[in-house]
Parts: sequence; structure tokens; C-alpha cells
Amino acid sequence: MSKSNLTRRGLLKTGAVAGAGVALPTYLSAAGHTGFTNAPEGNTVTLGFNVPQSGPYADEGADELRAYELAVEHLNGEGDGGMMGTFSSKALQGNGILGKKVEYVTGDTQTKSDAARASAKSMIEKDGAVMITGGSSSGVAVAVQALCQEAGIIFMAGLTHSNDTTGKDKRANGFRHFFNSYMSGAALAPVLANAYGTDRKAYHLTADYNWGYTTEEAIRSSTEAMGWETVAAVKTPLAQGDFSSYIAPVLQSGADTLVLNHYGGDMVNSLTNAVQFGLRDKQVNGKNFEIVVPLYSRLMAKGAGANVKGIFGSTNWHWSLQDEGSKAFVKSFGTKYGFPPSQAAHTCYVQTLLYADAVERAGSFAPCAVVEALEGFEFDGMGNGPTLYRAEDHQCFKDVLVVKGKENPTSEFDILEIVEITPVAQVTYEPDHPQFAGGALGDCNNGA
Amino acid sequence: MFGLEKKDRSLLILVALLTIFAPFILNPFPEGSAMAQFNAGYPDLMQRFVIFGIFAIGFNILFGLTGYLSFGHAAFLGVGSYAAVWMFKLLSMNVVPAIVLAVVMSGLFALLIGYISLRRSGIYFSILTLAFAQMMFALAYSVLTPITGGETGLQLALDDPRILDGAGASAGNIPVPSLFGLEMRDSADLVLGSWVFTFNIGYYFCAVIMLLAFYLSIRIFRSPFGMMLRAIKSNQQRLNYTGLNPKPYTLAAFVISGMYAGLAGALMASMDPLAGAERMFWTASGEVVLMTILGGAGTLIGPVLGAGMIKYMENIISKINSDILHGWFAFLPDGLEDFVVTIIYPFIGKGWHLTLGLIFMAVVIFLPGGLVEGGQRLAALFRRKKTSTDDGSPAKTEPAE
Repeated sequence: MSKSNLTRRGLLKTGAVAGAGVALPTYLSAAGHTGFTNAPEGNTVTLGFNVPQSGPYADEGADELRAYELAVEHLNGEGDGGMMGTFSSKALQGNGILGKKVEYVTGDTQTKSDAARASAKSMIEKDGAVMITGGSSSGVAVAVQALCQEAGIIFMAGLTHSNDTTGKDKRANGFRHFFNSYMSGAALAPVLANAYGTDRKAYHLTADYNWGYTTEEAIRSSTEAMGWETVAAVKTPLAQGDFSSYIAPVLQSGADTLVLNHYGGDMVNSLTNAVQFGLRDKQVNGKNFEIVVPLYSRLMAKGAGANVKGIFGSTNWHWSLQDEGSKAFVKSFGTKYGFPPSQAAHTCYVQTLLYADAVERAGSFAPCAVVEALEGFEFDGMGNGPTLYRAEDHQCFKDVLVVKGKENPTSEFDILEIVEITPVAQVTYEPDHPQFAGGALGDCNNGA
Repeated sequence: MFGLEKKDRSLLILVALLTIFAPFILNPFPEGSAMAQFNAGYPDLMQRFVIFGIFAIGFNILFGLTGYLSFGHAAFLGVGSYAAVWMFKLLSMNVVPAIVLAVVMSGLFALLIGYISLRRSGIYFSILTLAFAQMMFALAYSVLTPITGGETGLQLALDDPRILDGAGASAGNIPVPSLFGLEMRDSADLVLGSWVFTFNIGYYFCAVIMLLAFYLSIRIFRSPFGMMLRAIKSNQQRLNYTGLNPKPYTLAAFVISGMYAGLAGALMASMDPLAGAERMFWTASGEVVLMTILGGAGTLIGPVLGAGMIKYMENIISKINSDILHGWFAFLPDGLEDFVVTIIYPFIGKGWHLTLGLIFMAVVIFLPGGLVEGGQRLAALFRRKKTSTDDGSPAKTEPAE
């Protein structure tokens, strides 16, 4: 083959391709436009469940996925219906969403923003998901929420506790049912004051990332408001195996309370270290030394074992609640999987039903219609008492549970006991509260 | 054409054709069929293919030519991403300034890190680069949170200044990155029967840049400068004794490859305007080493193939779950179905690393030259069988050594 021959051929091909490339978009651009991204076609609708299946929160991700599968069953009219029977809105018929059978795709967030976005993007671009939900970390939630806003998809956040998700990083297409750092602080402070007095000296150990900062800020301002003094706040690197070097200085500081702003494996390790150092047997300033864990989860309590006994913390929901909604959910989850659901499972299940219900009430899958249906929506029967989805920041306002490690657990799931159900009025804040300042919802986005 | 030899030119044209027709090549299965699971022709993944192709091409200029194994290359990718997102926030949503600043910034970082790390060679060099990259990761993850957004990553906000775009451009919704008005995320679908092919502007933009990067890398490989880099790889001491100072050459190669990484980072941010610290984690640096070796270190096209292979597995294999497996093997009797699914299950979904590891081992053991060597062997086999009148030219894509 001669030189010129090849060039001519290459040129011809390139020319043809370039021509086709120029012609295509004009010819195609009108095709398949329904006013919003991934409008469901045919008689099915696809939801995207984006949960951590590997990495530090894989256990929670697995529990979230169980809840999603249960929710899909209930939406499609299989199983016992769970919370659909107790939910105050009766729009859901058990025949899918708007008569379309619910299907789902799953992805692995790996608890990394990049991986989570790649997974969410493939759900949107490849699988045609009309809603993305899940996640077990605020970093991931914020990243995926921003992606969904751009793409014109609804994002129903899973477990995310940082103030920023509905604070400075809030988005019009994103909704959070889970509570946040501020609510933890507001709910915990009075209980702590009751139990430990109002003249405590607190020492904070804070995980060195976004969620750690907002939690520390929330707990500090709530406890200082009732008279506590913050002696020091030390940041600890994430995924530190051994916290001994951070625990040792606590006693020298003159503090009598240790606040562990840690989550997951970090909390298990730091709490275990603190108990091993004998902190809880010490007397400082004539008072018993105490430890507080702002955000509890059952999976963490399980990891820390006997060390959590008597330690206060807060949680979004607990399976031992006795209202009708919780009982119905625990029953159908337990029947299917053989053990009670975690708070992560609860929030994910509820988010799925809330989305389906909003679509049903709006009569359309279009994101803007769903946003309108969810904004300012008041509901009950989902395990948290009367709840409001506030329009200003898309945060749910509901009662918060203050819990304590049980002294005599009867099973591996019965680790926490509810100390107080803090009423919603006590944890409500203004949308422009300093801890949530900055950022704007923007307008809802229907996408293409 | 382009000042290339015939062989290189055909390779360039081949790569160009592959990238142009990628939406067809990567979507061989009709929509809705069971095999549609293996389709990779959606914009996000195609963009990843070419972006990581650029990253690996750049890495190969350092590793393939000089033999210096950098274990911290992801740091430059991260620097590029952060620089690009800051440009989006401050200046304009146009991708051009973002890419320019990203390449410059990553070049500066590479100059600094390379100047220090290149005082050592071999394993010490690798450890130094790894240490630098981990330092930068740690800084980005926590200490520099005001600049990098920390764990959440650096994101655009509605109230960013965006000086050049003006205030009106961002009413209500955050604008998306664009090239003089061509939005990166815009796509057109072509429906042919039950096949759907997606043509995405962002992908073609990345593809053009990848072709330019690939062309530049060919020129570097064939230049006297490239020859000098190969001399450093083969025996640095000998080079010293001939009175040549290798350091400026290695440093230049390091900076060039760092700028390639910055370019890739900027493109990632342009396709998806978010920069996260995980991009700089050491596993990300290890990934590009894997890509290069898997494809064939020191070959021109090898790193691109390796990048494609790894990204395909990460995005496609990892999404297969046990339900899908049960769907595939539903035709088997119940007991057998469960058995087959149990055997395969560890290798799919979150177990895709295991599959990748096995493939990597097989390649390193049986095809030390990577996928490119596999291709050459196949081509040689094919040629010997087909024609007796072989013109004698070697059927290979010319590895570096």
C-alpha cells in the first residue's frame, strides 16, 4: 500500500465522519424529548439505589439495600405493605408508581465522592434512572446531590448527618429525611445537662473532615449555651486505628467530659481506647468522668460492644419505638430478613415511599412537579411522629431520639435504649441559622 | 502526513477511527437485551476512557521511556482538577481557561516535586513520589479544606463570582461547563432499530484532546529527546560516563508527564465539575501504574488500552449483582443455578478487583509486554498462516525497546 493511497483513504473517512458528525445532532436533537430527563417509558420505572457496598460503611450500605428492596416490594404490592398502611398519605395504591412497576438498579459508592458520582452517572445515562437515593456519608450525599441537580434527577439522601447537606450545599432537587448535627446538639444538650450538670468542662475529639466540623460546632454551641465550658477541641485524622495518643492528654487538660465527634470505625476505636484508658472510672473536679457520642448507630454500638454501656448519643430512629409505623416496618423487615432494621435502613425506606407518594400526588415523574409535591409536605405514620418537609431547605423536621447504651442488652440488636424523644419544636431552627448559612437551593431542574 | 513515519501514522489513524466510532463500537448489544449489561457506550464511561487514556499516555512518557516509576502521579491529576474547578468558580464556565490553568499548575507542582524526588532513582524515587502524593492528599482532605472543600470536594455554588460570565448567566441554576456555548453534557441519541447510540459533546471534546496528546506522545517517542530518555532507562551510569547530565532530561519528562496528568484532571472537572481529594489517594496513583503495565509499558497505544480495560471493569463488571446473575442462569436447574451463581459471584460486583487482579497476573506472567504484546502475537500468528509471501516487516507496534 503506497503512502498517498493511505492518506487519501484516511482523508475520505475523516471527511465522511466529520460530515456525519455535523449532520447528526441537528437531525436528532428533537428525538425523545418529554420535558425532563429519563421520563419513564413503557410500564416500568427505574430507581437508582446508590449505596456503599465496599469500604468502611459497607455494613450500613447492605442494610440500606435491604430496605430499598423491601420498599420496592411494597410499592409493587407484594409483601405486607409495611409502612404504606400507616402512612398518613393514602395516594400509594400498591400498583407501582403511577401504575408503572418499580424496577431498580444498584451501584457502589465506595464512600468516595468520585466513585459515587460515576456510579450515579451510569445509572442516569445508561440505566435511565429517574431518581437516585442512598449513601452513608455526607461527602457522598453532597456530591451526588449536586450531580442530580445538574442532570435534572431527584435525589433522596440516605444517611447523611452533616449540616451542609441541607445547609450551604443544599440543592433544589435534593431532599433529606435524616436529621442533622444541629438537631443532635439541640436534642442532646438538655439531656446532658440533666444527667451531668451544667458546669462541665468538655474535651472534643473531632474527625478531621466536614461532618466532624459541623458536629463539633453544633454540640459546642448547644452545650456552651447551657453553661458547659469547652477546654479543647482536637482534630483527629480519619481512619486512625489507634487513638491512644489523642486520649492520653485528655486527663491532663482538666476536662471531665469527652465528646467523641467520630463515626463508624473511628468511633468504635476511639471509644474503645477511651474506656481502656480507664477514663470512665476517673473522678475529675469531684465529678465522674463521662463520655458522649453525638451520633449513634446500631452498627457502631455493636462494634464497640460493652464499651457503649451508659453512654449518651442521638439517633434518627430506633426499632424499639412503639408507634404503628415503626412496628409495621420492623415487622415486615424482620419477617423478610430475620433481624430488626437499622436507622439507615429506616431513612432509606421512608425516602423511597415519600418519593413514590410525591410522584403519585403530583401525577408526574417530572422533577419540578415532585419538588413541588414534597415542599412543605406534612405527614405522619412513618415512625418519627408528625413530620414536615420544609420548603426552604428540603430538610425533614421531626422528633429526635436521645439514646443511651443499654446496661443489660438482651440480644446483639438490643444495644441502645431510648432516653428521651425530643419534640420537634426543640430542634427546629431558622433556615438562615448561622450553622446553615451560605448556599442557595436554586431552582428545580427538569433536565433535558 | 504530520511528520510521522508510515507505521506511526497508521497507528494514529487507527486510534482516531476507534475514538470517533466509539459510540458504535462500545454499544454492540441492543437495548433491553440481556447482554446490554455489557454496553459501555454511555457518555460518562466513554469520557473516562479517553481521560484516563490521556493520564496513562502521560505516565508512559515518564515510566515507559525513562523507567522512573512514579507512585504519586494522581497528585497532579488532583491539582489539575482543583485548578480547573477554581477557574470555573472565579472566572468562567468556559473550559479553555480551566484547562490552561490546570496544565500550568500541575506543571509547577511537577517541577517542584520532580526536582526533589529525582535526586534518587529506583525504589527511592517511587517512595519519594508516593510520600509527596500522600502529603498532598492529606492536605487536601483536611488542612486545606477552605481551598479544596475537604472530604466533600470542591463544588460550584450559585453565588460564585464567575467574572467573565456575568451575573445573569447563573440565575436559578448553576451553569454547566461549556466550550464557547457548547455544553459539555449535551448529547444526541441515534436510534437504529433496538440499538441506541449516544453522541456526547464532552466525549468528542475529550477525544480530540486525547488525539492531540497521543500525537504529541508519538513525536516525543520518536524525537532525539525521546532517544535520550531511553538511554537513561537502559543505563544511566553509562550516560554519566559519556559526560551527559541526565537530570534535565528526566526532570523534563517528569514535568511533561505531570502536565498530562493535570490535563486529564482538568478534563475530568470539565465533564463533571467537582474535584475530590480521593482523586489524589495512593490507590489512584497505583491505578495508572496498573493501566500502563496492563496495556504495555513503553508502547504507544498500550496505556490507552490498559486504561480502557480497567475503567470498563470498574464500571461494568462492578455493576453486575446477584439478581442479574440469577437472571442469566435461570435456564439451569435450581440447584445447579445456585451453584454456578455462587462460583461466579465473588468475581463480579464489588469483587471486580479480584477479577482485575487475576487478569493482571495472567498478563504479567504470560504477556510481559502487556495487551500490546498479546495483539502482536495474534497478528504474527495470523500473518504466518495467511500468506507465505511475507514482506518480512515485523508485525508490531514498535515497543520502546
